Amino acid sequence: MQFESLNAFLNMGGYALYVWLSFGVTFLSMGVLALQTKVESKVLLQKVLKEQQRRQRIKLARQKKPAYSNMKSDS
Amino acid sequence: MSELYNGIIKRDLKLAFRQKSELMQPLMFLLIVVTLFPLGIGPGPDTLQRIGPGVIWIAAILSSLLGMERLFRDDFADGSLEQMQLSGLPLYQIALCKIVTHWLISFMPLLMLSPLLALFLNLTLSMYLALIVTLLLGTPIISLIGAIAVGLTTGLQRGSLLLALLLIPVFIPLLIFATSAVESAAMQLPYGPQIAIIAAIMLLALALSPFAVSYALKVSQN
Amino acid sequence: MWKWLHPYAKTEKAYQLCSSLSPWFWTGAIICLLIGTVWGLAFAPSDYQQGDSFRIIYIHVPAAILSMSTYVAMAVAALVGIVWQWRTAFMSMIALAPVGALMTFIALFTGAAWGKPMWGAWWVWDARLTSELILLFLYFGVMALYSAFDDKQQAGKAAGVMALVGVVNIPIIHYSVEWWNTLHQGATISKFDKPSIAPEMLWPLLINLLGFALFIGAVTVVRLQNEIVRRELHRPWVQQLACSKLDANLEHNDAV
Repeated sequence: MQFESLNAFLNMGGYALYVWLSFGVTFLSMGVLALQTKVESKVLLQKVLKEQQRRQRIKLARQKKPAYSNMKSDS
Repeated sequence: MSELYNGIIKRDLKLAFRQKSELMQPLMFLLIVVTLFPLGIGPGPDTLQRIGPGVIWIAAILSSLLGMERLFRDDFADGSLEQMQLSGLPLYQIALCKIVTHWLISFMPLLMLSPLLALFLNLTLSMYLALIVTLLLGTPIISLIGAIAVGLTTGLQRGSLLLALLLIPVFIPLLIFATSAVESAAMQLPYGPQIAIIAAIMLLALALSPFAVSYALKVSQN
Repeated sequence: MWKWLHPYAKTEKAYQLCSSLSPWFWTGAIICLLIGTVWGLAFAPSDYQQGDSFRIIYIHVPAAILSMSTYVAMAVAALVGIVWQWRTAFMSMIALAPVGALMTFIALFTGAAWGKPMWGAWWVWDARLTSELILLFLYFGVMALYSAFDDKQQAGKAAGVMALVGVVNIPIIHYSVEWWNTLHQGATISKFDKPSIAPEMLWPLLINLLGFALFIGAVTVVRLQNEIVRRELHRPWVQQLACSKLDANLEHNDAV
Protein backbone atom coordinates (compact mmCIF):
# COMPACT_ATOMS: atom_id res chain seq x y z
CA MET A 1 0.00 0.00 0.00
CA GLN A 2 1.41 3.35 -1.02
CA PHE A 3 -0.81 5.47 1.21
CA GLU A 4 -0.78 5.67 5.01
CA SER A 5 -4.47 6.31 5.53
CA LEU A 6 -7.73 6.27 3.68
CA ASN A 7 -7.77 10.04 3.66
CA ALA A 8 -4.36 10.16 2.03
CA PHE A 9 -5.61 7.69 -0.55
CA LEU A 10 -8.67 9.80 -1.30
CA ASN A 11 -6.55 12.93 -1.44
CA MET A 12 -4.18 11.42 -4.04
CA GLY A 13 -1.33 13.71 -3.06
CA GLY A 14 -3.39 16.81 -3.85
CA TYR A 15 -4.53 15.62 -7.26
CA ALA A 16 -7.80 14.15 -6.00
CA LEU A 17 -10.05 16.08 -8.38
CA TYR A 18 -8.21 15.07 -11.54
CA VAL A 19 -7.56 11.45 -10.66
CA TRP A 20 -11.02 10.66 -9.33
CA LEU A 21 -12.71 12.65 -12.06
CA SER A 22 -10.93 10.70 -14.81
CA PHE A 23 -11.47 7.32 -13.19
CA GLY A 24 -15.09 8.16 -12.44
CA VAL A 25 -15.93 9.38 -15.92
CA THR A 26 -14.10 6.46 -17.52
CA PHE A 27 -15.88 3.72 -15.64
CA LEU A 28 -19.21 5.53 -15.69
CA SER A 29 -19.15 5.91 -19.46
CA MET A 30 -17.99 2.33 -19.93
CA GLY A 31 -20.81 1.17 -17.69
CA VAL A 32 -23.35 3.22 -19.59
CA LEU A 33 -22.26 1.76 -22.93
CA ALA A 34 -22.29 -1.80 -21.56
CA LEU A 35 -25.72 -1.28 -20.01
CA GLN A 36 -27.13 0.27 -23.17
CA THR A 37 -25.85 -2.69 -25.18
CA LYS A 38 -27.38 -5.23 -22.80
CA VAL A 39 -30.72 -3.44 -22.66
CA GLU A 40 -30.77 -3.16 -26.43
CA SER A 41 -30.23 -6.90 -26.84
CA LYS A 42 -33.12 -7.64 -24.50
CA VAL A 43 -35.41 -5.16 -26.26
CA LEU A 44 -34.55 -6.66 -29.65
CA LEU A 45 -35.28 -10.20 -28.56
CA GLN A 46 -38.60 -9.11 -27.06
CA LYS A 47 -39.42 -7.40 -30.33
CA VAL A 48 -38.75 -10.65 -32.20
CA LEU A 49 -41.00 -12.55 -29.83
CA LYS A 50 -43.82 -10.03 -30.05
CA GLU A 51 -43.64 -10.04 -33.81
CA GLN A 52 -43.83 -13.81 -33.78
CA GLN A 53 -46.81 -13.89 -31.43
CA ARG A 54 -48.60 -11.32 -33.53
CA ARG A 55 -48.13 -13.45 -36.61
CA GLN A 56 -49.37 -16.52 -34.79
CA ARG A 57 -52.47 -14.65 -33.66
CA ILE A 58 -53.16 -13.58 -37.24
CA LYS A 59 -52.69 -17.16 -38.43
CA LEU A 60 -55.05 -18.49 -35.77
CA ALA A 61 -57.69 -15.90 -36.55
CA ARG A 62 -57.53 -16.77 -40.21
CA GLN A 63 -57.89 -20.48 -39.52
CA LYS A 64 -60.96 -19.89 -37.33
CA LYS A 65 -62.91 -17.60 -39.63
CA PRO A 66 -61.36 -17.90 -43.05
CA ALA A 67 -64.03 -15.93 -44.93
CA TYR A 68 -64.13 -13.03 -42.52
CA SER A 69 -60.41 -12.61 -42.23
CA ASN A 70 -59.94 -12.85 -45.96
CA MET A 71 -62.46 -10.10 -46.45
CA LYS A 72 -60.71 -8.03 -43.87
CA SER A 73 -57.28 -8.47 -45.37
CA ASP A 74 -58.60 -7.62 -48.82
CA SER A 75 -60.12 -4.34 -47.81
CA MET B 1 -10.76 5.13 -76.76
CA SER B 2 -9.27 8.47 -75.74
CA GLU B 3 -12.00 10.21 -77.72
CA LEU B 4 -14.49 8.78 -75.28
CA TYR B 5 -12.64 10.27 -72.36
CA ASN B 6 -12.39 13.59 -74.15
CA GLY B 7 -16.10 13.35 -74.78
CA ILE B 8 -16.91 12.83 -71.13
CA ILE B 9 -14.71 15.71 -70.05
CA LYS B 10 -16.04 18.07 -72.72
CA ARG B 11 -19.63 17.20 -71.92
CA ASP B 12 -19.13 17.86 -68.24
CA LEU B 13 -17.40 21.15 -68.90
CA LYS B 14 -20.20 22.24 -71.18
CA LEU B 15 -22.82 21.30 -68.61
CA ALA B 16 -20.95 23.18 -65.93
CA PHE B 17 -20.67 26.34 -67.98
CA ARG B 18 -24.38 26.26 -68.71
CA GLN B 19 -25.13 26.46 -65.01
CA LYS B 20 -23.10 29.57 -64.35
CA SER B 21 -24.67 30.29 -60.99
CA GLU B 22 -23.59 26.96 -59.57
CA LEU B 23 -20.13 27.62 -60.90
CA MET B 24 -19.91 31.07 -59.32
CA GLN B 25 -21.52 30.47 -55.95
CA PRO B 26 -18.62 28.59 -54.30
CA LEU B 27 -16.25 31.31 -55.50
CA MET B 28 -18.38 34.07 -54.03
CA PHE B 29 -18.58 32.08 -50.82
CA LEU B 30 -14.78 31.82 -50.77
CA LEU B 31 -14.40 35.55 -51.26
CA ILE B 32 -16.90 36.36 -48.53
CA VAL B 33 -15.34 33.96 -46.04
CA VAL B 34 -11.91 35.49 -46.67
CA THR B 35 -13.42 38.94 -46.14
CA LEU B 36 -14.85 37.87 -42.80
CA PHE B 37 -11.47 37.11 -41.28
CA PRO B 38 -10.02 40.64 -41.28
CA LEU B 39 -13.37 41.88 -39.96
CA GLY B 40 -13.38 39.35 -37.15
CA ILE B 41 -9.73 39.31 -36.20
CA GLY B 42 -8.58 42.83 -37.03
CA PRO B 43 -7.05 44.47 -40.07
CA GLY B 44 -3.44 44.73 -38.86
CA PRO B 45 -1.20 43.89 -41.83
CA ASP B 46 1.10 41.69 -39.75
CA THR B 47 -1.78 39.71 -38.27
CA LEU B 48 -3.27 39.18 -41.71
CA GLN B 49 0.04 38.06 -43.12
CA ARG B 50 0.42 35.56 -40.30
CA ILE B 51 -3.05 34.03 -40.62
CA GLY B 52 -3.34 34.56 -44.40
CA PRO B 53 -2.24 31.19 -45.76
CA GLY B 54 -4.38 29.33 -43.25
CA VAL B 55 -7.40 31.49 -44.04
CA ILE B 56 -7.08 30.95 -47.78
CA TRP B 57 -6.72 27.21 -47.38
CA ILE B 58 -9.60 26.86 -44.92
CA ALA B 59 -11.81 28.96 -47.20
CA ALA B 60 -10.77 26.86 -50.19
CA ILE B 61 -11.64 23.60 -48.42
CA LEU B 62 -14.98 24.91 -47.16
CA SER B 63 -16.02 26.39 -50.48
CA SER B 64 -15.02 23.24 -52.35
CA LEU B 65 -17.38 21.27 -50.10
CA LEU B 66 -20.27 23.40 -51.33
CA GLY B 67 -19.92 22.33 -54.94
CA MET B 68 -18.60 18.85 -54.23
CA GLU B 69 -21.95 17.10 -54.53
CA ARG B 70 -22.17 18.19 -58.15
CA LEU B 71 -19.43 15.68 -58.97
CA PHE B 72 -21.84 12.76 -59.39
CA ARG B 73 -25.24 13.98 -58.20
CA ASP B 74 -26.79 15.08 -61.49
CA ASP B 75 -25.37 12.22 -63.52
CA PHE B 76 -26.56 9.82 -60.87
CA ALA B 77 -30.03 11.32 -60.74
CA ASP B 78 -30.71 11.38 -64.49
CA GLY B 79 -29.15 7.99 -65.11
CA SER B 80 -26.34 9.09 -67.39
CA LEU B 81 -23.84 7.57 -65.00
CA GLU B 82 -25.37 4.17 -65.60
CA GLN B 83 -25.24 4.79 -69.33
CA MET B 84 -21.55 5.60 -69.07
CA GLN B 85 -20.98 2.37 -67.19
CA LEU B 86 -22.70 0.48 -69.99
CA SER B 87 -20.37 2.08 -72.54
CA GLY B 88 -17.77 -0.55 -71.75
CA LEU B 89 -15.24 1.80 -70.24
CA PRO B 90 -13.94 0.74 -66.83
CA LEU B 91 -15.74 2.67 -64.14
CA TYR B 92 -12.55 3.84 -62.48
CA GLN B 93 -11.46 5.59 -65.66
CA ILE B 94 -14.80 7.33 -65.93
CA ALA B 95 -14.40 8.35 -62.31
CA LEU B 96 -10.96 9.77 -63.06
CA CYS B 97 -12.38 11.82 -65.95
CA LYS B 98 -15.06 13.16 -63.64
CA ILE B 99 -12.48 14.06 -61.03
CA VAL B 100 -10.35 15.89 -63.61
CA THR B 101 -13.34 17.93 -64.75
CA HIS B 102 -14.32 18.68 -61.19
CA TRP B 103 -10.84 19.99 -60.51
CA LEU B 104 -10.91 22.14 -63.65
CA ILE B 105 -14.31 23.57 -62.80
CA SER B 106 -13.89 24.28 -59.13
CA PHE B 107 -10.21 24.96 -58.61
CA MET B 108 -9.05 26.71 -61.77
CA PRO B 109 -11.23 29.75 -60.92
CA LEU B 110 -9.84 29.64 -57.41
CA LEU B 111 -6.30 29.78 -58.76
CA MET B 112 -7.24 32.75 -60.88
CA LEU B 113 -8.80 34.44 -57.89
CA SER B 114 -5.77 33.78 -55.67
CA PRO B 115 -3.83 36.99 -56.49
CA LEU B 116 -6.75 39.00 -55.19
CA LEU B 117 -6.89 36.93 -52.02
CA ALA B 118 -3.14 37.38 -51.57
CA LEU B 119 -3.59 41.15 -51.82
CA PHE B 120 -6.46 41.09 -49.33
CA LEU B 121 -4.39 39.22 -46.80
CA ASN B 122 -1.16 41.11 -47.40
CA LEU B 123 0.93 38.15 -48.56
CA THR B 124 4.42 38.84 -49.89
CA LEU B 125 5.47 37.67 -53.34
CA SER B 126 7.47 34.68 -52.07
CA MET B 127 4.53 33.64 -49.90
CA TYR B 128 2.22 33.95 -52.86
CA LEU B 129 4.45 31.74 -55.00
CA ALA B 130 4.50 29.08 -52.32
CA LEU B 131 0.74 29.39 -51.99
CA ILE B 132 0.26 28.84 -55.71
CA VAL B 133 2.44 25.73 -55.66
CA THR B 134 0.56 24.27 -52.69
CA LEU B 135 -2.77 25.08 -54.33
CA LEU B 136 -1.70 23.46 -57.59
CA LEU B 137 -0.55 20.29 -55.88
CA GLY B 138 -3.01 20.24 -53.02
CA THR B 139 -6.38 20.97 -54.57
CA PRO B 140 -6.34 17.77 -56.69
CA ILE B 141 -6.24 15.90 -53.37
CA ILE B 142 -9.51 17.58 -52.42
CA SER B 143 -11.12 16.47 -55.68
CA LEU B 144 -9.69 12.95 -55.50
CA ILE B 145 -10.65 12.17 -51.91
CA GLY B 146 -13.84 14.16 -52.11
CA ALA B 147 -14.97 12.02 -55.02
CA ILE B 148 -14.90 8.92 -52.81
CA ALA B 149 -17.19 10.48 -50.24
CA VAL B 150 -19.47 11.93 -52.94
CA GLY B 151 -19.67 8.49 -54.54
CA LEU B 152 -20.75 7.03 -51.22
CA THR B 153 -23.34 9.65 -50.34
CA THR B 154 -24.73 10.30 -53.79
CA GLY B 155 -27.69 7.98 -53.33
CA LEU B 156 -28.74 9.73 -50.15
CA GLN B 157 -31.29 12.50 -50.02
CA ARG B 158 -29.54 14.86 -47.64
CA GLY B 159 -25.90 14.10 -48.17
CA SER B 160 -24.22 17.48 -48.23
CA LEU B 161 -23.76 18.05 -44.50
CA LEU B 162 -22.68 14.46 -44.05
CA LEU B 163 -20.14 15.03 -46.81
CA ALA B 164 -18.52 17.87 -44.86
CA LEU B 165 -18.48 15.73 -41.73
CA LEU B 166 -16.73 12.90 -43.54
CA LEU B 167 -14.24 14.96 -45.48
CA ILE B 168 -12.96 17.76 -43.28
CA PRO B 169 -10.98 15.49 -40.89
CA VAL B 170 -9.36 13.80 -43.87
CA PHE B 171 -8.12 17.13 -45.24
CA ILE B 172 -6.32 18.12 -42.05
CA PRO B 173 -2.83 16.93 -43.15
CA LEU B 174 -3.21 18.86 -46.38
CA LEU B 175 -4.06 22.02 -44.46
CA ILE B 176 -1.12 21.55 -42.11
CA PHE B 177 1.51 20.98 -44.78
CA ALA B 178 0.21 23.65 -47.13
CA THR B 179 0.11 26.39 -44.50
CA SER B 180 3.47 25.40 -43.11
CA ALA B 181 4.97 25.61 -46.61
CA VAL B 182 3.68 29.17 -46.99
CA GLU B 183 4.89 30.08 -43.52
CA SER B 184 8.35 28.78 -44.33
CA ALA B 185 8.31 30.89 -47.46
CA ALA B 186 7.41 33.91 -45.33
CA MET B 187 10.50 33.31 -43.19
CA GLN B 188 12.70 32.82 -46.27
CA LEU B 189 13.20 29.17 -45.36
CA PRO B 190 13.19 26.32 -47.90
CA TYR B 191 9.77 24.76 -48.21
CA GLY B 192 10.71 21.80 -50.42
CA PRO B 193 9.87 19.06 -47.89
CA GLN B 194 6.30 20.23 -47.38
CA ILE B 195 5.74 20.47 -51.13
CA ALA B 196 7.23 17.00 -51.56
CA ILE B 197 4.90 15.56 -48.95
CA ILE B 198 1.85 17.21 -50.51
CA ALA B 199 2.90 15.82 -53.89
CA ALA B 200 3.33 12.37 -52.36
CA ILE B 201 -0.15 12.48 -50.81
CA MET B 202 -1.51 13.64 -54.16
CA LEU B 203 0.10 10.75 -56.02
CA LEU B 204 -1.12 8.26 -53.44
CA ALA B 205 -4.64 9.63 -53.76
CA LEU B 206 -4.36 9.58 -57.53
CA ALA B 207 -3.36 5.91 -57.47
CA LEU B 208 -6.02 4.70 -55.04
CA SER B 209 -8.98 7.02 -55.30
CA PRO B 210 -10.37 6.06 -58.76
CA PHE B 211 -10.79 2.46 -57.62
CA ALA B 212 -12.39 3.50 -54.36
CA VAL B 213 -14.72 5.83 -56.25
CA SER B 214 -15.80 3.09 -58.63
CA TYR B 215 -16.53 0.76 -55.71
CA ALA B 216 -18.39 3.53 -53.91
CA LEU B 217 -20.53 4.23 -56.97
CA LYS B 218 -21.37 0.55 -57.28
CA VAL B 219 -22.40 0.50 -53.63
CA SER B 220 -24.65 3.53 -54.09
CA GLN B 221 -26.28 2.12 -57.17
CA ASN B 222 -26.69 -1.24 -55.50
CA MET C 1 -5.78 -22.66 -44.59
CA TRP C 2 -8.40 -20.15 -43.57
CA LYS C 3 -11.25 -22.58 -44.19
CA TRP C 4 -12.11 -22.88 -40.51
CA LEU C 5 -13.08 -19.21 -40.55
CA HIS C 6 -15.62 -19.53 -43.30
CA PRO C 7 -18.61 -20.87 -41.34
CA TYR C 8 -18.58 -17.65 -39.28
CA ALA C 9 -19.62 -15.69 -42.34
CA LYS C 10 -23.04 -17.15 -41.64
CA THR C 11 -24.95 -15.14 -39.13
CA GLU C 12 -26.20 -18.10 -37.11
CA LYS C 13 -22.71 -19.50 -36.55
CA ALA C 14 -21.37 -16.07 -35.73
CA TYR C 15 -24.13 -15.58 -33.19
CA GLN C 16 -23.29 -18.87 -31.51
CA LEU C 17 -19.61 -17.99 -31.43
CA CYS C 18 -20.49 -14.66 -29.79
CA SER C 19 -22.65 -16.40 -27.21
CA SER C 20 -19.86 -18.72 -26.21
CA LEU C 21 -17.21 -15.97 -26.13
CA SER C 22 -19.24 -13.35 -24.31
CA PRO C 23 -19.12 -14.71 -20.71
CA TRP C 24 -15.34 -15.20 -20.92
CA PHE C 25 -14.82 -11.66 -22.14
CA TRP C 26 -17.06 -10.14 -19.49
CA THR C 27 -15.53 -11.99 -16.53
CA GLY C 28 -12.01 -11.45 -17.85
CA ALA C 29 -12.65 -7.75 -18.38
CA ILE C 30 -14.11 -7.22 -14.92
CA ILE C 31 -11.34 -9.17 -13.17
CA CYS C 32 -8.52 -7.47 -15.08
CA LEU C 33 -9.97 -3.99 -14.69
CA LEU C 34 -10.50 -4.52 -10.96
CA ILE C 35 -6.98 -5.84 -10.36
CA GLY C 36 -5.29 -3.32 -12.62
CA THR C 37 -7.17 -0.31 -11.27
CA VAL C 38 -6.81 -1.17 -7.58
CA TRP C 39 -3.15 -2.01 -8.06
CA GLY C 40 -2.54 1.14 -10.04
CA LEU C 41 -4.42 3.43 -7.68
CA ALA C 42 -3.35 2.07 -4.33
CA PHE C 43 -0.26 -0.08 -4.62
CA ALA C 44 1.89 1.23 -7.44
CA PRO C 45 4.55 3.73 -6.34
CA SER C 46 3.92 7.36 -7.19
CA ASP C 47 5.96 9.11 -9.84
CA TYR C 48 8.89 11.14 -8.55
CA GLN C 49 8.05 14.11 -10.80
CA GLN C 50 4.30 14.07 -11.16
CA GLY C 51 3.29 12.68 -7.81
CA ASP C 52 0.00 10.84 -7.72
CA SER C 53 -1.52 12.55 -10.75
CA PHE C 54 0.37 10.10 -12.95
CA ARG C 55 -2.05 7.36 -11.84
CA ILE C 56 -4.33 8.55 -14.62
CA ILE C 57 -1.89 6.72 -16.90
CA TYR C 58 -3.57 3.45 -15.93
CA ILE C 59 -6.66 4.37 -17.91
CA HIS C 60 -5.33 6.99 -20.28
CA VAL C 61 -2.69 4.89 -22.02
CA PRO C 62 -4.79 1.72 -22.49
CA ALA C 63 -7.68 3.78 -23.83
CA ALA C 64 -5.41 5.68 -26.22
CA ILE C 65 -3.67 2.57 -27.53
CA LEU C 66 -6.91 0.65 -27.94
CA SER C 67 -8.76 3.53 -29.58
CA MET C 68 -6.31 3.28 -32.46
CA SER C 69 -6.22 -0.49 -32.59
CA THR C 70 -10.02 -0.59 -32.59
CA TYR C 71 -10.02 1.65 -35.65
CA VAL C 72 -7.55 -0.66 -37.34
CA ALA C 73 -9.71 -3.63 -36.40
CA MET C 74 -12.68 -1.85 -37.96
CA ALA C 75 -10.73 -1.30 -41.15
CA VAL C 76 -9.64 -4.94 -41.24
CA ALA C 77 -13.24 -6.02 -40.81
CA ALA C 78 -14.26 -3.66 -43.60
CA LEU C 79 -11.57 -5.06 -45.88
CA VAL C 80 -12.65 -8.62 -45.16
CA GLY C 81 -16.22 -7.63 -45.86
CA ILE C 82 -15.40 -5.94 -49.14
CA VAL C 83 -13.04 -8.63 -50.43
CA TRP C 84 -14.96 -11.77 -49.39
CA GLN C 85 -18.46 -10.27 -49.24
CA TRP C 86 -19.04 -11.24 -45.66
CA ARG C 87 -22.09 -9.66 -44.13
CA THR C 88 -20.95 -10.50 -40.61
CA ALA C 89 -17.70 -8.62 -41.23
CA PHE C 90 -19.59 -5.38 -41.91
CA MET C 91 -21.78 -6.04 -38.91
CA SER C 92 -18.78 -6.48 -36.63
CA MET C 93 -17.25 -3.34 -38.07
CA ILE C 94 -20.26 -1.31 -37.09
CA ALA C 95 -20.41 -3.06 -33.72
CA LEU C 96 -16.84 -1.93 -33.05
CA ALA C 97 -17.40 1.72 -33.95
CA PRO C 98 -19.20 3.00 -30.81
CA VAL C 99 -16.81 1.15 -28.51
CA GLY C 100 -13.83 2.63 -30.32
CA ALA C 101 -15.37 6.08 -30.13
CA LEU C 102 -15.86 5.60 -26.38
CA MET C 103 -12.19 4.64 -26.00
CA THR C 104 -11.19 7.75 -27.92
CA PHE C 105 -13.42 9.89 -25.73
CA ILE C 106 -11.90 8.36 -22.58
CA ALA C 107 -8.39 8.98 -23.88
CA LEU C 108 -9.29 12.61 -24.60
CA PHE C 109 -11.04 13.20 -21.30
CA THR C 110 -8.33 11.66 -19.16
CA GLY C 111 -5.72 13.44 -21.25
CA ALA C 112 -7.40 16.75 -20.46
CA ALA C 113 -7.71 15.91 -16.76
CA TRP C 114 -4.05 14.95 -16.67
CA GLY C 115 -3.04 18.00 -18.64
CA LYS C 116 -4.64 20.43 -16.20
CA PRO C 117 -2.26 19.78 -13.29
CA MET C 118 0.75 19.11 -15.55
CA TRP C 119 0.48 21.81 -18.21
CA GLY C 120 -1.88 24.16 -16.41
CA ALA C 121 -4.66 23.99 -18.97
CA TRP C 122 -7.48 21.56 -19.65
CA TRP C 123 -6.76 21.53 -23.32
CA VAL C 124 -3.37 21.89 -24.94
CA TRP C 125 -2.88 21.43 -28.67
CA ASP C 126 -0.48 18.65 -27.99
CA ALA C 127 0.24 16.44 -30.99
CA ARG C 128 -1.14 13.26 -29.50
CA LEU C 129 -4.27 14.87 -28.09
CA THR C 130 -4.96 16.55 -31.40
CA SER C 131 -4.62 13.41 -33.46
CA GLU C 132 -6.80 11.62 -30.93
CA LEU C 133 -9.44 14.31 -31.45
CA ILE C 134 -9.26 13.83 -35.21
CA LEU C 135 -9.61 10.08 -34.66
CA LEU C 136 -12.82 10.79 -32.77
CA PHE C 137 -14.09 12.76 -35.78
CA LEU C 138 -13.25 9.83 -38.04
CA TYR C 139 -15.26 7.49 -35.80
CA PHE C 140 -18.19 9.92 -35.88
CA GLY C 141 -17.95 10.08 -39.67
CA VAL C 142 -18.16 6.30 -40.05
CA MET C 143 -21.09 6.06 -37.65
CA ALA C 144 -22.92 8.98 -39.26
CA LEU C 145 -22.49 7.52 -42.72
CA TYR C 146 -23.77 4.16 -41.51
CA SER C 147 -26.87 5.61 -39.93
CA ALA C 148 -27.65 7.76 -42.98
CA PHE C 149 -28.56 4.74 -45.10
CA ASP C 150 -31.84 2.91 -44.70
CA ASP C 151 -30.56 -0.21 -46.41
CA LYS C 152 -28.13 -1.55 -43.84
CA GLN C 153 -26.38 -3.83 -46.30
CA GLN C 154 -25.47 -0.80 -48.39
CA ALA C 155 -24.70 1.19 -45.24
CA GLY C 156 -22.15 -1.39 -44.14
CA LYS C 157 -20.31 -1.25 -47.43
CA ALA C 158 -20.30 2.55 -47.55
CA ALA C 159 -19.10 2.87 -43.96
CA GLY C 160 -16.48 0.24 -44.74
CA VAL C 161 -15.03 2.30 -47.58
CA MET C 162 -14.91 5.33 -45.29
CA ALA C 163 -13.18 3.32 -42.56
CA LEU C 164 -10.54 2.24 -45.09
CA VAL C 165 -10.02 5.81 -46.27
CA GLY C 166 -9.58 6.78 -42.64
CA VAL C 167 -7.07 4.05 -41.90
CA VAL C 168 -4.88 5.11 -44.81
CA ASN C 169 -5.07 8.62 -43.43
CA ILE C 170 -4.37 7.90 -39.78
CA PRO C 171 -0.57 7.68 -40.11
CA ILE C 172 -0.52 10.74 -42.35
CA ILE C 173 -2.66 12.66 -39.89
CA HIS C 174 -0.54 11.52 -36.99
CA TYR C 175 2.77 12.60 -38.51
CA SER C 176 1.38 15.83 -39.89
CA VAL C 177 0.02 16.81 -36.49
CA GLU C 178 3.30 15.90 -34.85
CA TRP C 179 5.18 18.08 -37.31
CA TRP C 180 2.70 20.92 -36.93
CA ASN C 181 3.11 20.68 -33.19
CA THR C 182 6.89 20.88 -33.22
CA LEU C 183 6.70 23.85 -35.55
CA HIS C 184 4.32 25.76 -33.33
CA GLN C 185 5.10 24.74 -29.81
CA GLY C 186 8.59 23.57 -29.25
CA ALA C 187 9.34 20.89 -26.73
CA THR C 188 7.05 21.81 -23.88
CA ILE C 189 6.10 18.25 -23.20
CA SER C 190 9.54 16.81 -22.54
CA LYS C 191 8.27 16.17 -19.02
CA PHE C 192 6.67 13.07 -20.38
CA ASP C 193 9.77 11.63 -21.94
CA LYS C 194 10.60 9.29 -19.15
CA PRO C 195 13.63 7.08 -19.70
CA SER C 196 11.73 3.92 -18.85
CA ILE C 197 8.89 2.85 -16.69
CA ALA C 198 9.52 0.94 -13.48
CA PRO C 199 8.24 -2.64 -13.54
CA GLU C 200 5.98 -2.15 -10.53
CA MET C 201 4.31 0.65 -12.48
CA LEU C 202 4.24 -1.34 -15.71
CA TRP C 203 2.41 -4.41 -14.43
CA PRO C 204 -0.86 -2.72 -13.48
CA LEU C 205 -0.70 -0.85 -16.79
CA LEU C 206 -0.44 -4.08 -18.76
CA ILE C 207 -3.23 -5.69 -16.75
CA ASN C 208 -5.47 -2.72 -17.36
CA LEU C 209 -4.58 -2.78 -21.06
CA LEU C 210 -5.74 -6.38 -21.18
CA GLY C 211 -8.85 -5.46 -19.21
CA PHE C 212 -9.78 -2.67 -21.62
CA ALA C 213 -9.17 -4.96 -24.58
CA LEU C 214 -11.42 -7.63 -23.08
CA PHE C 215 -14.06 -4.99 -22.35
CA ILE C 216 -13.98 -3.89 -25.98
CA GLY C 217 -14.29 -7.52 -27.02
CA ALA C 218 -17.19 -8.13 -24.65
CA VAL C 219 -19.22 -5.10 -25.71
CA THR C 220 -18.46 -5.68 -29.39
CA VAL C 221 -19.59 -9.29 -29.21
CA VAL C 222 -22.94 -8.33 -27.67
CA ARG C 223 -23.39 -5.47 -30.13
CA LEU C 224 -22.64 -7.84 -32.99
CA GLN C 225 -25.36 -10.15 -31.70
CA ASN C 226 -27.76 -7.20 -31.56
CA GLU C 227 -26.85 -6.26 -35.11
CA ILE C 228 -27.45 -9.82 -36.32
CA VAL C 229 -30.83 -10.01 -34.60
CA ARG C 230 -31.84 -6.61 -35.96
CA ARG C 231 -31.10 -7.65 -39.53
CA GLU C 232 -32.47 -11.17 -39.37
CA LEU C 233 -35.61 -10.38 -37.43
CA HIS C 234 -37.77 -12.83 -39.37
CA ARG C 235 -35.42 -15.74 -39.74
CA PRO C 236 -36.64 -18.90 -37.95
CA TRP C 237 -33.49 -19.43 -35.93
CA VAL C 238 -33.72 -15.92 -34.49
CA GLN C 239 -37.31 -16.55 -33.46
CA GLN C 240 -36.42 -19.83 -31.79
CA LEU C 241 -33.63 -18.05 -30.00
CA ALA C 242 -35.93 -15.32 -28.77
CA CYS C 243 -38.36 -17.95 -27.53
CA SER C 244 -35.77 -19.90 -25.61
CA LYS C 245 -34.22 -16.78 -24.09
CA LEU C 246 -37.27 -14.79 -23.16
CA ASP C 247 -40.23 -17.12 -23.00
CA ALA C 248 -40.12 -17.68 -19.27
CA ASN C 249 -39.57 -14.02 -18.68
CA LEU C 250 -42.50 -12.88 -20.79
CA GLU C 251 -44.94 -15.42 -19.41
CA HIS C 252 -44.16 -14.20 -15.96
CA ASN C 253 -44.97 -10.65 -17.02
CA ASP C 254 -48.25 -11.74 -18.57
CA ALA C 255 -49.31 -13.50 -15.39
CA VAL C 256 -48.77 -10.33 -13.41
